[in-house]
Amino acid sequence: MPMTMSQKILAFHASLPAVEPGQLILCDLDRIHGNDITSPVAIREFKKMGFEKVTNPQNITLIMDHFVPNKDIKAAQQCKCCREFAGEQELESFFDVGRMGIEHALIPEEGLVVTGDVAIGADSHTCTYGALGAFSTGVGSTDMAFGMATGKAWFKVPSALKFVLTGELPKYVSGKDLILHIIGMIGVDGARYKSMEFTGPGAHSLSMPDRLTVCNMAIEAGAKNGIFEVDEVTLAYEKEHAKRELRVFRADEDAQYDAVYEINLSELRPTVAFPHLPENTHTVDEIGDVKIDQVVIGSCTNGLFKDMAEADSILKGRKVAKNVRAIIIPATQDIYLKCLEAGFIKDFIEAGCVVSTPTCGPCLGGYMGILAEGERCVSTTNRNFVGRMGHVDSEVYLASPATAAASAVLGRIASAEEVVK
Amino acid sequence: MKCIGNVVKYGDNVDTDVIIPARYLNTSDPKELAAHCMEDIDKSFRSKVSEGDILVSGENFGCGSSREHAPIAIKESGISLVIAKSFARIFYRNAINIGLAITECPEAAEAIEEGHRVEADLDAGVITDLTTGRSFKTEPFPEFIQNIISAGGLVNAAKSGILS
Repeated sequence: MPMTMSQKILAFHASLPAVEPGQLILCDLDRIHGNDITSPVAIREFKKMGFEKVTNPQNITLIMDHFVPNKDIKAAQQCKCCREFAGEQELESFFDVGRMGIEHALIPEEGLVVTGDVAIGADSHTCTYGALGAFSTGVGSTDMAFGMATGKAWFKVPSALKFVLTGELPKYVSGKDLILHIIGMIGVDGARYKSMEFTGPGAHSLSMPDRLTVCNMAIEAGAKNGIFEVDEVTLAYEKEHAKRELRVFRADEDAQYDAVYEINLSELRPTVAFPHLPENTHTVDEIGDVKIDQVVIGSCTNGLFKDMAEADSILKGRKVAKNVRAIIIPATQDIYLKCLEAGFIKDFIEAGCVVSTPTCGPCLGGYMGILAEGERCVSTTNRNFVGRMGHVDSEVYLASPATAAASAVLGRIASAEEVVK
Repeated sequence: MKCIGNVVKYGDNVDTDVIIPARYLNTSDPKELAAHCMEDIDKSFRSKVSEGDILVSGENFGCGSSREHAPIAIKESGISLVIAKSFARIFYRNAINIGLAITECPEAAEAIEEGHRVEADLDAGVITDLTTGRSFKTEPFPEFIQNIISAGGLVNAAKSGILS
């Protein structure tokens, strides 16, 4: 039976000649990771399973990113639990304050997941690494514990949706606008249990940061994973980051898809998802005068250097509007340093922004920018659920870094075109 | 397995941020998590749920974050079963892995109302709304998943070696 790209990667890791949708399989894992919120639960479950040592310590990564630098005593306890476990299990890839970054930016940067891998992470945005041509998906803490104990995870083989992209993105339109457009089109459960496979000349025209953003939000359409066909962009990225051999899998030409969507990238407009679901999308052309109180530029979705550069192109030499708080969070220490060297940090501060060390912080309403009752935030993060960034009566509008930066300058939801004329 | 209890009902796309808001994720203590379960969409959840009660919901229940704290909070609140039109995939596997009973049954999720008394026999694949007398068929889990559920979750399944 012909297979999709995701199915081929899964079959290889289950040591099976072929798999078909709905089949339940046990797969070998190349990477298992968790963060400071999900790992303590995984560690507790791992100990309950009665195992003393993890199976492949070299494949396990713990990253302290959600509530660090520790926001309170309880958060400090959770990090301590992870730190002690990493020590006792001799985990080499334990990332604490000073070395950490937001997990889904750090893992590709460090080459911890590479093309052709099967990776699980106890964080829903683990689907990000599909940009590299890997099968990666978010799981819970007990799956992480089982993975640490056995090196394996159970999966139901997914069917797939195929997205054939043509054209090229216009100026000030990015991967974020593309994925918001797709979620608006198919809904927050439009890809539930399925793979989203991206192909076509438009897919090959996208930069790696744009691909990472697209795959990052596959979960927001309910998908099991998002994945891009491997091409020269992938191989060039991996040449710089991978420390292991790549395995390139391609979908069979006659692979079956539940649906095929064609999207011309050149027709896309900057897109914003209104509260309280990522599917509530509008193009910037349809938005009236929506005043805002805060802007957040960062997160595992849009905290990469390209995102910072896009924000800088709008904010440099301009001022954040009065009554707007703008918070910028480069996703890793390396990105932070590159921003510093490029002069972005100076530009951001002169514009009236605050720049934070890497953290998930405000995205999930942890800290570093919690909203009060009735406040509105334009954010480059990934979710705008009720109460996501603070008070249950606050609102989050999801957008690209360019749109978020433009909104910060004008004090209302705005497109970059309105600022840079 | 059999469950019997009163129903609390919610709509579509109930996400894990409202099941247990992230501001409480600085702990993984089930009791502390249960104390805040559902509070952002239903402040009365804690007071109206009794041991054994059944949560009924619409499409895509448990979407969003992978936090296992969500099914843990629901289970610790005393909910014996979640019936939904559909489940988001990470919540689905988390519930199976921690031993929280769930079943997808669009007809039951549509027809059963808040406050109804419901009995479910998941082995027989039957949900009965005792308030209206109406019964609904549910699909049993595949054997592989049934083995995890029968063992009481993935931890026990791993211990007993049935997955290797």
